[in-house]
Amino acid sequence: MNDPLVIAGKTYDSRLLVGTGKYKDFDETRLAVEASGAEIVTVAIRRTNIGQSVGEPSLLDYLPPSRYTYLPNTAGCYTADDAVRTLRLARELLDGHALAKLEVLGDPTNLYPNMPETLKAAKELVRDGFDVMVYCSDDPIQARMLEDIGCAAVMPLASIIGSGMGILNPWNLRLIIDNARVPVLVDAGVGTASDAAIAMELGCDAVLMNSAISHARNPVLMASAMKKGVRAGREAFLAGRMPRKLYTAEPSSPMQGMIAPVARAA
Amino acid sequence: MMNVTFNGKTEILNHRLTVRDMLERMGLAGKRVAVERNGTVVPRAEHGEVLLHDGDRIEVIAAVGGG
Repeated sequence: MNDPLVIAGKTYDSRLLVGTGKYKDFDETRLAVEASGAEIVTVAIRRTNIGQSVGEPSLLDYLPPSRYTYLPNTAGCYTADDAVRTLRLARELLDGHALAKLEVLGDPTNLYPNMPETLKAAKELVRDGFDVMVYCSDDPIQARMLEDIGCAAVMPLASIIGSGMGILNPWNLRLIIDNARVPVLVDAGVGTASDAAIAMELGCDAVLMNSAISHARNPVLMASAMKKGVRAGREAFLAGRMPRKLYTAEPSSPMQGMIAPVARAA
Repeated sequence: MMNVTFNGKTEILNHRLTVRDMLERMGLAGKRVAVERNGTVVPRAEHGEVLLHDGDRIEVIAAVGGG
């Protein structure tokens, strides 16, 4: 089935985007990313460890930028200014690559997004030519504001980052999806393959996850499960589910041609 | 003599360095890194020309695993 995901004018076959954090080692990272089928991988931007990075392997050796689309993020940023600076550095690092994930956090415990700072950073980044995929609260009004600013995709949380609590407010996600003209991705909260399928069945264009794979007992197997969950959910969404009937059952087998009841002696 | 802060650590330099000299001293020459000087990116093409000044705050970053 030809059903590409289009973000900022580029098409992708996979609707699963994965993070590259919290794996045991780079080998496991590579195997999990391969099993997930993801084409877009998120990376963080951090200070080099002065004097220690010489000759050490880097993530880029395991996930070559020629094969994967890198999505540098602003994880850990608490102000619009820090997020903008981080992505300008990322763009320089990745040779002018414009696709970026904006997240501006508001609280170190629940990692909930700071939406006023997020909106401010989004404005500046869009003006500066970035294709901004933005992590946001599941508020349909603010999602619309981000879209109006010119973000390439809005990415509401399904539940808080790294919680694995699944899709806690499907109605809000639907409100965002039904009103959006840019791709909507669930970013954060997915815990297992059925969560990914539910997000896709709701009509999300794609799902972004990290912990659900890297914190599974077997990350590589979970990556494979997520690939299937996202695909199954997408196909179910496109197929259109049957209507829910709350009070009336409807048999699947024909009612005609039943064998006759046997008369019993009293 | 001048004080320059690299990734949060202040160092005393005895002579003028370009951004490229600095990366060489850090063992990062030819590595995939990006440099910011006082909040502004220094493009790779200018590493050989941009000189460090007293009080500069330099950030050198790379891509690492993350969500």
